[in-house]
Amino acid sequence: MSRRLLLLLLPVSFLLVALFLYQRLQHDPAQRDSALMAREFPAFEATTLRDEQQTVDQSLLKGEVTLVNVWGEWCPACKQEMPQLLELADQGIRMVGVNYRDTREKGMSFLNQYGDPFEMNIFDPEGSLGFDLGVYGAPETFLVDAEGIIRYHHKGYISPQDVSERILPEVAKWR
Amino acid sequence: MTPKRRQKLLIILGGLVLAGLAIGLTLYALRANINLFFSPVQIAQGDAPIERSIRAGGLVKEGSVFRDPQSLDVEFRITDYVDELGVSYNGILPDLFREGQGVVVVGKLQADGRFVADKVLARHDENYMPPEVAQALEDAGYSPADYQEKAAEVGKRLNKQASE
Amino acid sequence: MLVKMIPELGHFALIIAVLMAAVQAVMPLAGATTRRPLWMAYGHPMAVGQFLFIALAYVCLTTSYLLDDFSVTNVANNSNSLLPWYYKMSAVWGNHEGSVLLWSFMLAGWGYAASRFSCGLPRDMVARVQGVMGLVSLGFLLFILLTSNPFERLLPNVPHDGADLNPLLQDIGLIVHPPMLYMGYVGFSVVFAFAIAALLGGRLDAAWTRWARPWSNIAWAFLTVGIALGSWWAYYELGWGGWWFWDPVENASLLPWLTGTALIHSLAVTEKRGSFKSWTVLLAIFTFSLSLLGTFLVRSGVLTSVHAFANDPSRGLFILVLLAVTVTLSLLVFALRAPRVSHQVSFSWLSRDALLLINNIVLVIMTVTILLGTLYPLILDSLNLGKISVGPPYFNALFVPLTVVMCIFMGLGPMARWKSMEARELKRKLWLAGAAALVLGVLLPFIYTGEWNLWASLGIVTALWIVLPMGRDLIDKTRHARSRLAGLRKLSLAYWGMVLGHMGIAVTIVGVAVVSNYASERTVRMAPGTTVEVAGYQFTMTELTSRRGANFLADTAVLEVQNIDSARGFLMRPEKRFYLATGMPMTQVALRPGLFRDLYVAMGEDLNDGSWAMRIQYKPFVRWLWLGGLLMALGGVLAIVDKRYRRVKVTNKASAATPSQSEPQEATL
Repeated sequence: MSRRLLLLLLPVSFLLVALFLYQRLQHDPAQRDSALMAREFPAFEATTLRDEQQTVDQSLLKGEVTLVNVWGEWCPACKQEMPQLLELADQGIRMVGVNYRDTREKGMSFLNQYGDPFEMNIFDPEGSLGFDLGVYGAPETFLVDAEGIIRYHHKGYISPQDVSERILPEVAKWR
Repeated sequence: MTPKRRQKLLIILGGLVLAGLAIGLTLYALRANINLFFSPVQIAQGDAPIERSIRAGGLVKEGSVFRDPQSLDVEFRITDYVDELGVSYNGILPDLFREGQGVVVVGKLQADGRFVADKVLARHDENYMPPEVAQALEDAGYSPADYQEKAAEVGKRLNKQASE
Repeated sequence: MLVKMIPELGHFALIIAVLMAAVQAVMPLAGATTRRPLWMAYGHPMAVGQFLFIALAYVCLTTSYLLDDFSVTNVANNSNSLLPWYYKMSAVWGNHEGSVLLWSFMLAGWGYAASRFSCGLPRDMVARVQGVMGLVSLGFLLFILLTSNPFERLLPNVPHDGADLNPLLQDIGLIVHPPMLYMGYVGFSVVFAFAIAALLGGRLDAAWTRWARPWSNIAWAFLTVGIALGSWWAYYELGWGGWWFWDPVENASLLPWLTGTALIHSLAVTEKRGSFKSWTVLLAIFTFSLSLLGTFLVRSGVLTSVHAFANDPSRGLFILVLLAVTVTLSLLVFALRAPRVSHQVSFSWLSRDALLLINNIVLVIMTVTILLGTLYPLILDSLNLGKISVGPPYFNALFVPLTVVMCIFMGLGPMARWKSMEARELKRKLWLAGAAALVLGVLLPFIYTGEWNLWASLGIVTALWIVLPMGRDLIDKTRHARSRLAGLRKLSLAYWGMVLGHMGIAVTIVGVAVVSNYASERTVRMAPGTTVEVAGYQFTMTELTSRRGANFLADTAVLEVQNIDSARGFLMRPEKRFYLATGMPMTQVALRPGLFRDLYVAMGEDLNDGSWAMRIQYKPFVRWLWLGGLLMALGGVLAIVDKRYRRVKVTNKASAATPSQSEPQEATL
């Protein structure tokens, strides 16, 4: 009997190895976003870009499928993807921006110059929300469903092709 | 004890001794022969040991590559855009070695802060900044995003220059 | 019209193959359990059909490559209209998607062969083998269809031209290396299937080993050739002159080779003596599992390596699940069905049984140490103990002494008798060979360079210690025949297989020992007119030119090489190529190969003042490394054409496990 038990240790110990490898798979820096997939949007409390007095928190993202775009005035790719974001907003998708490591002035002038697809912009000058989100470099875009769960993570520039091939299908999937 | 049992016991004991020996040797060899990785930030902070074989990585700083006209000695600086590290090397640089490109050097850090490399490895990577370097920046409290942007800009500009 | 649909045709063929694999996975296994011949009969036609449809899919993908159909993503990313046709064909497996398709194609081929050549076996055994092969195949086909479809289209934005094949892969070595390696990896799936089938059917007897041995030998031979080719490729293509880097990808191929080597020896014991049954089965499972683990490590991007494929988390996850399911299930089957107590076959410490046991232990220890070294950076990083890399010194520090230990027993093994033998007899057979090995090993380095070198001597002594006793054994065995030649002819092919395999190891060891200790290298700045001397050869650069190739530009250096002793001269032309499509530079080495030495010249970098940094190397005996590999593989092949295995009909040998003192002529490994 004890021999059988000993032998059963083989598959069990291998399962542990597999679990370890699984954890590594998650850990790979090249794909760190997957760690946040299907998790709740991190809790935060911050002011908005336009209004120093108004504070918002994670409840902002509940109730409707929302695209959260992390951007900054200092980031050239963010400027290039603005037309695509405006198009997405035109299609009736709720957009929320995270103004990442920026100043109010620069952020506002960016929106004036390139257009403002966002219903609201969370002001994140220290990058603390970005850190919680695991942002690696702007622009990055998160799709958050009506329950406030992150469902999709787009790293980098959103091309016109990405809009039709990735973003829209993902939005349709979680609506 | 029957002879059969004795034989079995001997087999098990022999196996255990061999396995123990192997594990001991392995751990010893591992301790002596691993190369830890450091980025310029960590080296500037004094985290890296001196005169021990380590790996260091970063981006080749623009305009820092200097080749001795007589020999194959070459000096360059690697940077993570926070701190820099001067590297000297003798030999042939890899095909993918280019200014603005990420490299990993294997060698020893000298007491005067210079790094004497016996191996230079270059990897072609669209992200420009090696992931280990980004991680080290983050651990040191910097936002790698800012520096990656910068690295990508420099990298793209240099690439454009090279192709023109 | 039909031409335009070739990718869809291939995709469709793959889908049909998946369905067939599913039927093959379910019906024969269910039939064998419930004893329904009709269900079991599904196995063979499904194996044939699967093979044909995957072959069709493979042909379709190759055709897309040959026709430059850049609307197929895979073709657009890995080929280019300028590429010569043979590289278009090999580009199919130069990327992740195509190589998994090739892998599946080979798996189906092995499945077909296993099904075709097992007609003499008990029907339920065949059915179970087919079922297990079907399961494995199903896993890989689903992997292709769900995560790595090679037929995906890039519509409507069809690129004008492809991105080109990585220049490193545009090479003869890369045409043949991966298929050989995959044949080996995948070949072990047949042995694995036999092991699981035997466990499930409770047929873990000597007959089982007789069936499994040819398959493990041939898979092992392929893997050996694959590894040797990989080493040869790295040697001349990477431009460093190294032949083994202990890179994770190389380790991934070495791991199943080591357990596979243990397996073919352990199978010999199980067949001849009926002992080590469970151990043999476990080795069969381990070997295939390590093949899968290697695939996972290479393709998931968990480990960084020079060879790494582009990583994609969904792929890594899929292979991990496949790996976890396969290994856990098979170990579970093993735990539940392994024979309770394999009936004890006793043997003494001086016997071939014991020596083979030691061989197995040493091989497993080697496997574990390499696995540990490969995974150690992962473990440390997980525990946040820093980012490290484990370098060649670690592997050399462990691998070299373990190899020496193994070789000591390797010299004894073929001389020893099964069950037990007198120490006196062994001593009588071996003392002369041992003494000769020691003397020659110490003297040869003196004669070669006039200087003594411990490591070179160690290598030569070890190699001679393997070879000389076998020579003595051959003399003993042919002593009583009418003539020596007649005696040699009477020896079985399996015996010759063993001799060749062991000779191969010895040849490789000599190669390693000599090239590691006597190679010389110089890195120098050279301009036309510069002369450099390396190891008795004078290298004079005469010219620096440039030329245009099919899809690259090249700087070419012409060097006049003169042997100082014999004053014979020849030219060498190393190149630095610049591939147009990818903008990647590549070093094309100039080689002057020879059985006893290679001359190796590589262009390093342009120093921008009319001179180049050049790497000139003298590599004595480097060819012996791969020659040894070929000999080993040849030995593996010889052993399976032995007439014992041509008796297809089963002479019910279920109880043939009776220990017998085997005749020397039959003594085989």
